[in-house]
Amino acid sequence: MTLLLVVLVLAALWASMATALLRATLALALSSALLAVFMFSLGAVWAAVIELSVCAGLISVVFVSVISLTEQRPLTELLAQRKSRLRRFWPLPLLLIAVGVGLSFVHTPVQIALPLPSGDGDVRTVLWTLRQLDLFGQIMILLAGVFGVLVLFKKEAKDGD
Amino acid sequence: MSYLLLLVPFASLIVLNLLPKRARAAALWITFGILVAETAAAFLERFVAVDWSFLAPLERVLVFNLAVDHLSGLLLLCAGIVGMAAVLVGRRTLADVADRFIFANLVLVALVGINGIAMVRDLFTLYVFVEVTAVATFILITVRHGRLAFEGAWKYIILSVVASVLMLSSVAFFLLCAGGISFEAVKTALAAPGSLTWLAMALFLCGLFVKGALVPFHGWLADAYTAAPAPVSVFMAGIVTKASGIFALIRIVSFAMGDALPGREILLVVGALTIVVGAFLALGQSNMKRMLAYSSLSQMGYIVLALGGDLRLGILAAALHFFNHAVSKSQLFVNAAAIEEQLGTLDMDKMGGIAARMPVTGATAAVATLSIAGLPPLAGFWSKLLIVLALWSAKEYAFAAIAILASLVTLAYFLSLQRRVFFGKTLPQWAEVREAGTGLLVPAVALALITIALGIGFPFALRILGVGGA
Repeated sequence: MTLLLVVLVLAALWASMATALLRATLALALSSALLAVFMFSLGAVWAAVIELSVCAGLISVVFVSVISLTEQRPLTELLAQRKSRLRRFWPLPLLLIAVGVGLSFVHTPVQIALPLPSGDGDVRTVLWTLRQLDLFGQIMILLAGVFGVLVLFKKEAKDGD
Repeated sequence: MSYLLLLVPFASLIVLNLLPKRARAAALWITFGILVAETAAAFLERFVAVDWSFLAPLERVLVFNLAVDHLSGLLLLCAGIVGMAAVLVGRRTLADVADRFIFANLVLVALVGINGIAMVRDLFTLYVFVEVTAVATFILITVRHGRLAFEGAWKYIILSVVASVLMLSSVAFFLLCAGGISFEAVKTALAAPGSLTWLAMALFLCGLFVKGALVPFHGWLADAYTAAPAPVSVFMAGIVTKASGIFALIRIVSFAMGDALPGREILLVVGALTIVVGAFLALGQSNMKRMLAYSSLSQMGYIVLALGGDLRLGILAAALHFFNHAVSKSQLFVNAAAIEEQLGTLDMDKMGGIAARMPVTGATAAVATLSIAGLPPLAGFWSKLLIVLALWSAKEYAFAAIAILASLVTLAYFLSLQRRVFFGKTLPQWAEVREAGTGLLVPAVALALITIALGIGFPFALRILGVGGA
């Protein structure tokens, strides 16, 4: 599991550092899939299924579809950008590793109130009964996202005229 | 009433999108109507007892854990007032019907988020509604394209994601150590805090500090406020940032933390730092909207500082300053919109003597700036006085001194604004400038009148706002 965790962190780092959008998407899908494995191993089966199908699956498809609509930037420009990013952000991965190593030496005794509260444990009860208000909030976020797409694409079409 | 405050804007959103294209021009007025209704409901609720039992069938179908108290009422009132001002400014400054339509829709989405923040009783649900407000705002900033707008929205998104990670981690830790995430469970856990409870609370507070743009997480604020279209600036500065970060902070301190309040010193230090950094950053600006943005930062510091003082008096002071600042700052952004419309610039170094050409804008701006600076008898004086008293009661004399001295810096940068923009002889290039249209004057005058009325009738205003019982 530790090895899996290391790979997950590396995949997440790759996703945030990659200059090519397609590679970043693949790295994100990989980290989501690994996270789903973790969730599954911790007993959160429904969360794992949703993570795998939505985050690793659906969102990757949406990303790839959008990327297919874009154009490749000139190679020289890409190389210059990569150099600039490396120059600016090279300490970040090292910092992350240093923080991780540092935290591994910290042994703070914590009192954990297990078992976790989850209603009767049925995901349907949690979603449709206990957390109705959160679902309503999610609907509003989705609606806001729709308006975001409308703003960006409608305007782009107008700008392109 | 709580259900209606979420479901009515949601239903209106659906109605707006069912309108035929030729009727979309009415979208802003429908949104305005919803905001008027919300303001009236929040205001009249203090005087008239309404029987809401007819909503019982709805409550059997939808199980929302919501409650309206004095503090919620204050935010609802602010959201209604500021929202109305923003919609009026939007009607005047957004020329394109499509932009107006999107703006009206997103104001309704943000309104659901803000109303939710006002009424929730659970940390995770609070996070969800903070996100609803934030996502609507990201898009509002970019309603009119432009590099600056995208940059401002981008910075806001990135820092918001950081805040989300902090808040979600906190929720997870509270589930582990408190066994629940309701405010009651958090309050119980904080009464006898262990290391994990402290960490959880600290993470949530840091998340709110980012959302509220408090120092050192203030990097996105000025860019977002400056890059946003005028009505969005009014809405953001008046209510969005305050609801997402500052109101949630007041709510947690007053409800979840109770008397335990661990880390009061953190609130004092962050509040004082935000006041001072914001005030000095404002002092060095030449762009009017940028100065107002940093001034907002400084004033939000006052609210946080008050929370670190005597608990009851501090919450009262914070809530009152929250309301006063929401009214006055949105009014100053309305004034900025009027100036930008008439002069085509917000560079204060290029202005001068504008009050002679735009007397109403000049007079209302003077009311708002003097109120925020804390001059009697305007509303800002009373809330700042209460903040100092709250700190004094808690024996935080040094922080009380900082609050008073920073008020002088506030007065300094606002006098600088008045001198550069409004006072003196009108520069030749502005000799033909005219006063802004009624679409911009009506909200400015209405908000200035609220500031004056609140200041003169302070005891009555306390009763109306009802925050004493928060």
